Amino acid sequence: MKKCLYVVGLGVVLWAFNAEAETIFVSLEKDNSIAVVDPLAGKLLKTVAVGRRPRGIALSADAKFLYVAVSDDNTIKKFNADTLTELADLPSGNDPETFALSQVDKRMYVSNEDDSQVSVIDVDKNTVLTRIPVGVEPEGIAVSPDNKWVVSASETTNMVHWIETKTYTRVANTLVDPRPRALTFTADSKQVWVTSEMAGKLMILDAKTKQIIKELVFEVDGVTAEKIQPVGVLVDKKMQRAYVALGPANRIAVINVANLTVEKMLLVGARVWNIAFSADQKYLYSANGLSNDISIIDLEQLKVIRSVGVGTNPWGLAVKP
Amino acid sequence: MYFIKQCGYLWLTVFTGLSLLFGTQVDAKSTVKPASLLTVNIAMLAQLDKPAINLLTIDPMVLDKGELGAELAIQENNITGEFIGQSFALKKFIVPANANAETVFNEHIAGKFNYLVTLLSPEKTLAIADLAQHQAMLILDAATVDDSLRNTACRDSVLHLLPSRAMRADALGQYAVKKRWHRWFLVVGAEPADQLFADALKRTAKRFNIKIVAEKQWSHTFDARKTAQAEIDVFTQIEDEYDVLVVADEQNLFGEYLDYRTWSPRPIIGTQGLSPVAWHPTHDLWGASQIQKRFKIQAGRWMNEQDYAAYLAIRALGEAVTRTHSIAWQALRNFMLSDKFVLQGYKGSALSFRAWDGQLRQPILLAAPRSLVAVAPIEGFLHPKTELDTLGYDAPESLCKRKE
Repeated sequence: MKKCLYVVGLGVVLWAFNAEAETIFVSLEKDNSIAVVDPLAGKLLKTVAVGRRPRGIALSADAKFLYVAVSDDNTIKKFNADTLTELADLPSGNDPETFALSQVDKRMYVSNEDDSQVSVIDVDKNTVLTRIPVGVEPEGIAVSPDNKWVVSASETTNMVHWIETKTYTRVANTLVDPRPRALTFTADSKQVWVTSEMAGKLMILDAKTKQIIKELVFEVDGVTAEKIQPVGVLVDKKMQRAYVALGPANRIAVINVANLTVEKMLLVGARVWNIAFSADQKYLYSANGLSNDISIIDLEQLKVIRSVGVGTNPWGLAVKP
Repeated sequence: MYFIKQCGYLWLTVFTGLSLLFGTQVDAKSTVKPASLLTVNIAMLAQLDKPAINLLTIDPMVLDKGELGAELAIQENNITGEFIGQSFALKKFIVPANANAETVFNEHIAGKFNYLVTLLSPEKTLAIADLAQHQAMLILDAATVDDSLRNTACRDSVLHLLPSRAMRADALGQYAVKKRWHRWFLVVGAEPADQLFADALKRTAKRFNIKIVAEKQWSHTFDARKTAQAEIDVFTQIEDEYDVLVVADEQNLFGEYLDYRTWSPRPIIGTQGLSPVAWHPTHDLWGASQIQKRFKIQAGRWMNEQDYAAYLAIRALGEAVTRTHSIAWQALRNFMLSDKFVLQGYKGSALSFRAWDGQLRQPILLAAPRSLVAVAPIEGFLHPKTELDTLGYDAPESLCKRKE
């Protein structure tokens, strides 16, 4: 009888976690490598050396290539996403912290933190098209799904800079709350969601007027305001729910997009940093910088179902279907 | 844009090359023209120290005081300013150790500037604050750590960027409580400043129920320093059991000799060993590695506490101007002392000023020479408003009669 229950229990667990087989790549800032994780098995498959201080990480639209910003080597490396063999060094400029890839025209936009600029790279030709001056310490960067805009957040200048992709010209700057870290476009390209680490806030910018239209201040029971430092932010494709990683508050806020309220706080690992969806958006993965693991969240149940140890200081994630 | 560049060229003497490059690029790339232009003129008054005794020849002598931190901040303020039509100019007045800082103030600064960053001794800071009392002037003190200047001798127009001795002692005390180092052996140097730090440590001991089991004064003799091995063995042989030796030697005249030489094997904390500091080369959390790198590229050395304080002073002004769109000193002062003001200082928490004494509230690093050991406030020390106020004089304890 007991055995039967176990089998049934196991069946439920397997059924509950029926994601399509996919692979997660996690950049490990202090291990000079990336971790390769099978989320279905909840297993770290291997760790691959990539270069010094890897942070920003993303796949090409066809998932054939993996790009990793290795900040202290002043380059972005291009890998074959299947074999992880190194293919090229991109001319990213100094100290590339993170970057955004256009899914339309194979352009890469790189935040050069030390030089206060954004580099535009043609990833096929491996050339720099231009460098655009922005504020001090640019970090979060995103391309709109309609490929019209690139937004860059500068952490010390406290602005979101709007770059028109047609001309590579910075046409507007929006002053936001202190230390904007991450930002993302909604699927309809109409809004930019930006987090302010110091103000513990989420700000929603209108892409037409470039103004802040809504704000949400996060509060967590039993956690002081100082510990609530929003970082990674994502909005799902249907624009029903959004997710914000709250850094040292060790939680991910689940936000109802329609009425901009927090539905749930999910307890994950320590100093949760960047987050990524599974390809089918049924799961969310978080890089937990201080507990050296990633959390796997079931978005239907809104439950953290597993954590996987990956290595020292996980920073960002890329998901390969 | 044209006007920003003009001002930039006139005032920025050191990083002109960079701002020039930046300026031209902005012109070529940006179609955004700021509507109007606000220029903030900031004076910096620094008095060089009398040559100090250098116990450790491995430490480079840093003769400039906070200047390079101030310059980095001006540069950053101007990058931000270019986007919204604000420009910041720094005029430096560096006076020799034996010169009269008051004269320089009266002749060159009084009536000409609304904002003054000072890197002066506590006595001179107070003298200048009194001279500026009836002027439209906000003073940003980037050098003193004295509790008296934040209590009975506080002045309405002064903001203090560096953590006070009481804040530092409390940071050390919190960590001691966490490690259960409840019995302290206090060793105090002969300088007046050492006595002030010892006073702060005693206040901390009382707050956190730490027992100072013994206190000894270190009196300098030539021989003592030359034969540290034998001398410290004898000096630290006390009857009472203790957990840590706490040293107050701000000028670094003997403290470094204590470690590994005490009669009983005990850690050294205080001004040497594990030390409470505002900034440290080992600090690389919360984006600190970014500013450490930026500073080092420009200065060719690590950023020190006074550089950090001067940097914060000018960044605080920049932040206030950006948020208020005003350069009126009264408006900026009020904004900076309000709870709306938030400053990013690479220490994990937002920094702000305590309205009751003008002290910048901030986390304190507990650093060993090559390792960042902890950051105070230590987890578990609670406060109804902000845990940062568990460090130093909180509002009810403050002796500062300031017009809030």
